[in-house]
Amino acid sequence: MAQTVPSGDNTLLRDAIPVRKIGRVERFLGPENYRIVQGLMKTPASIAGFSLVLFFVLIAIFAPLIVPPVSKDPYSIPRDGFKSDPQPMGTEWKRNEPDKPFWFAITGQEKWTHIFGTSEGQYDIFYGIIWGTRTAFYAGLIVTISTLLLGIVYGSVAAYYGGWVDMIMMRIVDVLSILPGVLAALILAAILTPLIGKSTVPVMVALIAFGWMGYSRFIRADILSVRERDYILAARVVGVQDSRILFQHILPNAIFPTLILASMAIGDVVLSFAGLSFLGVGVEIGYADWGQLLSFARNWITSLNTYWYIIAWPGFFLVLFVMGWNLIGDALRDVLDPRMRGKT
Amino acid sequence: MINYIIRRLLLVPLLLFGVTVLIFGMLSFLQPVERLALYMRDFPKNEKAIPALIAKYDLDKPIYVQYWNWLVGKVNNETGAREGGILFGNFGYSRSASQPVVELIQRRFPATLELTIWAVAPVVLVGIWLGVQAAVHHNGFIDQAARIFSIVGTSFPTFVFGLLMLMIFYANLQWFPPGRLSDEFSKIVESAAFHRYTTLITFDALLNGRFDIFLDALRHLVMPILTLSYINWATFLRVTRGSMLETLRMEYVTTARAKGLPERDVIYKHAQPNAMLPVVTLAGFSVVGLLAGAVITETVFNYPGIGSAAVRAATSLDVVAMLGFALFDGFILIVAALVVDILYALVDPRVRLS
Repeated sequence: MAQTVPSGDNTLLRDAIPVRKIGRVERFLGPENYRIVQGLMKTPASIAGFSLVLFFVLIAIFAPLIVPPVSKDPYSIPRDGFKSDPQPMGTEWKRNEPDKPFWFAITGQEKWTHIFGTSEGQYDIFYGIIWGTRTAFYAGLIVTISTLLLGIVYGSVAAYYGGWVDMIMMRIVDVLSILPGVLAALILAAILTPLIGKSTVPVMVALIAFGWMGYSRFIRADILSVRERDYILAARVVGVQDSRILFQHILPNAIFPTLILASMAIGDVVLSFAGLSFLGVGVEIGYADWGQLLSFARNWITSLNTYWYIIAWPGFFLVLFVMGWNLIGDALRDVLDPRMRGKT
Repeated sequence: MINYIIRRLLLVPLLLFGVTVLIFGMLSFLQPVERLALYMRDFPKNEKAIPALIAKYDLDKPIYVQYWNWLVGKVNNETGAREGGILFGNFGYSRSASQPVVELIQRRFPATLELTIWAVAPVVLVGIWLGVQAAVHHNGFIDQAARIFSIVGTSFPTFVFGLLMLMIFYANLQWFPPGRLSDEFSKIVESAAFHRYTTLITFDALLNGRFDIFLDALRHLVMPILTLSYINWATFLRVTRGSMLETLRMEYVTTARAKGLPERDVIYKHAQPNAMLPVVTLAGFSVVGLLAGAVITETVFNYPGIGSAAVRAATSLDVVAMLGFALFDGFILIVAALVVDILYALVDPRVRLS
């Protein structure tokens, strides 16, 4: 009877447990982050989310090709006259029409029409939506990135110094978080508008000023937990400088969850921005911004059944835009759920 | 427990101080002349008089002197009366509403309170119920539907949802109008024959025996309540579902099942009470958030609460009124956060016994 005699050769073992090849991307990101990225590429929700965001990125980039700007400032929506009633979809464009873009030949029409109709004061809705995509990205990204940086710096300083400094800094965060975000931003934006002038800046500054506290709390908690790990202790023992420990050893290992939190927040930021311009603070009337377009509808609530297109189209695009980011965020939350670990 | 409450109470004056500093800080973006213009009702036409007035009200003094004056006001030497001072309830005069800010808040707050009272049950109870159902039918049809609802729900801006509601239920069907009360009834409510016991229209109408007014007021509340519920449900659903799923996996739930308890009792008597801990905090803060004024919802539906008043103040650059609202809201929210924390400590044995 043949017996398998144990020998120094471990081919059997190697064949039994196939060794997984570790690719370059995986080595770069680390096993945990790689799993997250991989999980994102496989979930249908996140694929849908990424497609939606890509769709809007394309619109934003090619806005001048889709509707060429009419005046010097491409963000001011061209007006076809000054009549107050909204005009229905497909009305002929009489004054201030844009040049004919490359795709115009396909439609077989000779003149520009108001594809999605016009709003109160004859602002073209289609133009506003296309160029408003840029405003949405611009505001969403700038506010998210600024709040993220501010929060990371503030939170790491608090966690790094600890003790009294941490105590005071976190109480300041508590105070700033008391007022509801929309109300606080509304007040600051309204105070800043006369000082800075009507533009996207006051609202963005207000959203940044009251938007970073969540990140600083988050990164602080993560730094405090990473700080206790053995490799940090090892670095201390070897005598590495404190600042080097913070920036080279702690932050890179603690920052990833905060970055993910930020990616989930973009949709919310765009919603708040649109909400504030809907309420009437910030941008000038006629600026290409979705919230601004929707705010025109406030004067027509009794006849919205006739003028449904003044809320339907801007609303539809705004919802799709935010939903794209939220789908990505939702998939991220699933992938990050510790109970799902090892089940990509 | 007592230690915890004392420590929590000590935080309150600190937070109150912080909020006043924050609000005063926003005010100090403005130049002395602009601040003078904000608070003077008869601003002098003669420019030469301005420096004297700035000096009179200490607007050229260091910032902490101004902060102190803003807090306690100044006693006028001639009349002996106190001028200004938010600690004495003098929040200034609102230009946009042509009345003192305190009166404006008194007039507007009952509407917001009424909306909150009627919105609590649909927002909190239905939200929790949805979350529990999603968790019990984990990965089933209800769960998937709830998940889609929560993604769509968080993506749908309040004002777009509100405008759609107005389009369907007001412009098309004429069922639910915006505002707080129909014109013919507001005359009755304002007349002397109608006793205003609580200043909340729905309750006053019942106490006066006017069932028609009660129904009319309720009809005006339907759309704001639906909108508020809809935007809050997504959050409640997510939190309740997560907490409930976690609890259902615990061993004591398995024990309860193993000893043969009916599934109903296992879920609603054993699992749900423990799963409610994180939801209690969320519910507390949502209700308080409503009380502080649902800014966008009130504006869309033209509901005359403090949220829409704050928006009106902001769009007409009425800084004094805005800061008044911020102070009022800050006060409510700090006190409410205290109450929520203490309630939580009473509910959660881990905090209660530590």
